[in-house]
Amino acid sequence: MDASLLVIIVVITALVFDFTNGFHDTANSMATSIATGALRPRTAVAFSAVLNLVGALLSVEVAKTISGGIVDDARITPAIVFGGLIGAIMWNLVTWYVGLPSSSSHALFGGLIGATWIAAGADAVHFAKVVDKVVAPAIAAPLVAGIVAMLATYLTYRLTKRARKSVTDRGFKAGQIASAALMSLAHGTNDAQKTMGIITLTLITAGTLAPGAEPPLWVILSAAIAIALGTYLGGWRITKTLGSGLTTIEAPQGFAAQTSAATVIMASSHLGFALSTTHVASGGIMGSGLGRQLDGVRWGVAGRMAAAWGLTLPAAGLVGALAGKIASLGTAGVVAVAVVGIGVSLVIWLLSRREPVRPEHVVDEIAAQAETHKVAV
Amino acid sequence: MKIDWAALGAVFGVSLAVVLGLVLLFSGGLRAWSAREAAQERQASAALPTVAAVACLLACVTVVLFGIYLIVAG
Repeated sequence: MDASLLVIIVVITALVFDFTNGFHDTANSMATSIATGALRPRTAVAFSAVLNLVGALLSVEVAKTISGGIVDDARITPAIVFGGLIGAIMWNLVTWYVGLPSSSSHALFGGLIGATWIAAGADAVHFAKVVDKVVAPAIAAPLVAGIVAMLATYLTYRLTKRARKSVTDRGFKAGQIASAALMSLAHGTNDAQKTMGIITLTLITAGTLAPGAEPPLWVILSAAIAIALGTYLGGWRITKTLGSGLTTIEAPQGFAAQTSAATVIMASSHLGFALSTTHVASGGIMGSGLGRQLDGVRWGVAGRMAAAWGLTLPAAGLVGALAGKIASLGTAGVVAVAVVGIGVSLVIWLLSRREPVRPEHVVDEIAAQAETHKVAV
Repeated sequence: MKIDWAALGAVFGVSLAVVLGLVLLFSGGLRAWSAREAAQERQASAALPTVAAVACLLACVTVVLFGIYLIVAG
C-alpha cells in the first residue's frame, strides 16, 4: 500500500480517537458540577472544552513514545498503530453506549498490545511493564482517590454543619468549579499530548518528519481541536452514570470529590505514579458517597464499572489484534478495517439514538432526587 | 514487575495532606463568612470574621494558582 495513504488514514484515526477521548472523559471533570447544579450542563461542557483546548495548546512536552514503553516501539508499524487505535475507538464507543466510564488511555494501551502481539510477536510486548503501568494503577487509583475523598467529605460535612446554608451552597459550588477547571486543563495537557505524540511518531516512521522532530503546528492544532470538540459533545450517558448513577451528589460532596480527584491527578502526574483520570474521578465520587453515608454508594453500578475496567485491556486488545492483523495484509486489509470500523460506529450511534440521553435528562434525574438526605455525621 | 510503592505512597500522602488542608481552610472560610453575615445582621463589628474569611479563601486561591502553575510548567 502507498505508505503516505496509510499515514493519512492513521492520522485521521488518531484524531477520531482523540475526539472519542474528549467525550468519554467530559464526565470526569464535569459530572459532579452538573449534578450539584454548580454549572448548567451546556455551560459545563463548553467551559470544559475551552479548558481542554487551552490545556492541549499549553503542553510543552509531547509524548515521546507511542505506548509509553508497554510495547517495543521499534517494532511498531503504522498498520499496528492503526489497529490499536481502532481497538481503542471501538471500546470507547461501546462503553459510552452503555454509559460506563473507562480509561481511554487503557483502551489505547490494550489496542496497541493486541495489535503488536499478533503482528510483531508476543516478545514485542513488555508484560512486566503492563502490570506496572496499567494493572497496578487501575487498582490503586480508585482506592487512593476514594479514601481521600471519603475523609474529605466527612470532614467537610462535619466542619460546615454550623455554617449558613446560603453561604455554603454558593461556596461549595464555586470551589467545585475551580477544581473542575483544573481537571479539564490537566486533561487537555495529558490526553491531547498522547495523540500528538502518536501522529508525530507515525510521521517520523513514514519519513515525513526527521527523527526527533517536534510536532508540526497543524498536528498540535488538530489534536487540540479534536479533543475540545469531543468534550463539547458532552458524553451525557457517562455523565449520567457518574453524576447520579453511582451516588447522589450534594454540593459538599461534589466539592470534596472534585477537589480530591483534581489533587490526586496532579500529585500522580508530578510524583511519578501515573493514574488514569477516569479511575481517579470515579473513585473520588464513590468515596464522597461513602463519606456522607456508609450505604451511599450503589454497588451494582460500581461493580459494572469495575468490570468494564477489567475488560478494557483484553477487549480493546482483541479488536486491536484483529484490526492490526488484517491491516498488516495490505491496502485491501486497511480499507476493510476502516469500512468495518465506520460501520460498527454507525450501528452504535444508531442504537444510541433509540434511547438518547440528553443534557436535560441528566439534570431532570437530579431534580427528581433533590430531596435532602440525612447526613452521617 | 516492580510497583513503585514509594511513589504511590507519596501520591497518597501528598494528596491526603493537600486535600484535608484545603477542606480545613475552605470550610473555615465558609464558617467565618457565615459569622460575618451573622454579625452584620446583629449590626455588630464584622471586621474579625471578614479578615478570617478572606485569609482562608485567599489561601485556597493560592493553592489553585499553584495547581495551574504545575500544569503550565509541565
